Amino acid sequence: MSSTTANSSIEAGPKRRSFLVDVGVRLIREKPLGTIGGVIVLILLITGIFADFLAPFGMNEIHSDAFLSAPTSKYLLGADNLGRDLLSRIIFGARISVIVGLCATTISVIVSTFIGIMTGYLGGKVDLVVQRMVDAWMCFPGLIIMMVLITILGPGMWQVIIVLGLQYGIAGSRVVRGAVIGIKENVYVDAARAIGCSTPRILWQHILPNILAPIIILFTTRMPAVILVEASLSFLGFGIPPPAPSWGGMLSGAGRSYMFMAPWIAIWPGVALSIVVYGINMFGDAIRDIVDPRLRGGVGRYGTAKSRAAAAEK
Amino acid sequence: MASNDHIIEVENLKMYFPVTAGVMQRRVADVKAVDGVSFYIKKGQTLGLVGESGCGKTTCGRAILQLYKPTSGNVQFEGRELTKLSNKELRNTRRNMQLIFQDPYASLDPRMTAGDIVGEPLIVHNMVKKGNEYKDQVNEVLRMVDLEPRMAERYPHEFSGGQRQRIGIARALAVRPSFIVCDEPVSALDVSIQTQVIMLLMRLRDELNLTYLFIAHDLSVVRYISDQVAVMYLGKIMEITSSDELYDHPLHPYTQALLSAVPIPDPVVDRQRKRILLSGDVPSPVNPPLGCNFNPRCQMAIDICREQEPELRDIGGEHFVSCHRI
Repeated sequence: MSSTTANSSIEAGPKRRSFLVDVGVRLIREKPLGTIGGVIVLILLITGIFADFLAPFGMNEIHSDAFLSAPTSKYLLGADNLGRDLLSRIIFGARISVIVGLCATTISVIVSTFIGIMTGYLGGKVDLVVQRMVDAWMCFPGLIIMMVLITILGPGMWQVIIVLGLQYGIAGSRVVRGAVIGIKENVYVDAARAIGCSTPRILWQHILPNILAPIIILFTTRMPAVILVEASLSFLGFGIPPPAPSWGGMLSGAGRSYMFMAPWIAIWPGVALSIVVYGINMFGDAIRDIVDPRLRGGVGRYGTAKSRAAAAEK
Repeated sequence: MASNDHIIEVENLKMYFPVTAGVMQRRVADVKAVDGVSFYIKKGQTLGLVGESGCGKTTCGRAILQLYKPTSGNVQFEGRELTKLSNKELRNTRRNMQLIFQDPYASLDPRMTAGDIVGEPLIVHNMVKKGNEYKDQVNEVLRMVDLEPRMAERYPHEFSGGQRQRIGIARALAVRPSFIVCDEPVSALDVSIQTQVIMLLMRLRDELNLTYLFIAHDLSVVRYISDQVAVMYLGKIMEITSSDELYDHPLHPYTQALLSAVPIPDPVVDRQRKRILLSGDVPSPVNPPLGCNFNPRCQMAIDICREQEPELRDIGGEHFVSCHRI
């Protein structure tokens, strides 16, 4: 037993294994909840990508025999007030959630990284001015600023993505800036300057790889928030315009009007949303614990008894 | 004193760091880390720079390499004035002057392999493209510092302290510079490893005809490696001369006190010699004393020492001392 523990602790070290593989192996070994989250994320991704093949009907196909139909063997999750199959709409809704979630989060992380690295590394006046602008932006309630922006840009999925990316990107720049300020004090950054590296090279080659951990964390923790806020915007009528099947939109339109006659119209998108947000959150939490070197060795919240014992032995 | 065999000439170099206060970051005072330092190093020679902690040795080394923008003063490197170069020219000049760091644990990027760390200067200065030739050159540099080429794939945390310091040396050597500032390269290492690294640095100096500015606080190490030694105190140079002369005939009271503190590995001799114990602490570099910087702690201080700042004078045989009493 002791020999296997020793073995696993050696393997868990970042030996020859690449960074991503290492994270994957440790996720399965140390974080059962995170693994469940990962599976949910995977299912969401597959559903989104292969919606055309998985959905029994088209997302806007109207079935005249199915107005407000309760779940039956033909319409597994029932149908809405226009006779559209809910299962199909949930499946296509997953695609919208995936697209919005991934694109908006990616944009937000790029914006955060750019602002964070610039202000953190350059410091001084640039930092002062840009960060005060970030302060000002963060003073406004997020939902209101996004609604205003969408009113200006007009409705549509890409508008929602841009606005979400901007909103979360600006707020997240603080996280990146803090990490950069920590990293740039390292002697190896001085060393890079001493050998003659240009500033862009230092940023790209030495700063960026070393703040990858907080950036990954930013990505996984932003994603569920982005999906939720997209649903909120759609619920309020500022999101993705009908008839596209956004989960938030499905909750608000027919879901609200027919809540007592056909509760399943509102229940299924709500359940889907909850599961996905829960899954990504768990997954993100686990990734954060694994990537954060201070929590190495599984002493974090979800550390297994075995890994905790191994850490105590050290 | 301009001459062709001086690879580097430092003239009246000053490096002040502002002390700011208040919301508006008003400049209220200066930390005079380096306050008017002048010296030169001949090609192929090693100048040892010694002094106690906080006297400005490291700042001096970095200001010479323009890693800090000096407040004033001139630095001539191979006949070129470094303080007036544009950023781009400066970056190109860095090919010829490199720095070896004190802390071998913090000075290597943890996300790069040893090979990439050593090879980065080659890429930065466009000396070679990635590929087989690059690998060959990296391996050659690694071999020069007694590391095996197969270690190139490893990450810094997989090396010992001495090995890491050799990676740092290899990084500095990769572009074949003519001048290297060694910023306390051995003070973070075990004594047994120190000897190895010192021997390595000396061998490389002879093989590659390098010039070192060797910053340290360990006087015996400095004597071993240096041709000339400069003693620094509170941002100023107190005495410069050849290392034998300095150790055998120290003239400045501070140098004498410093040397009397070196432990001698023979208890009989150690008991017999006279120790000069300095009273008090090093004054703050924000507010150095009037006159000679050393006067509050000097046993030989007289009135003129408290009023007038001494100049660094040549008293013959390239022995420079900054003291009124000599």
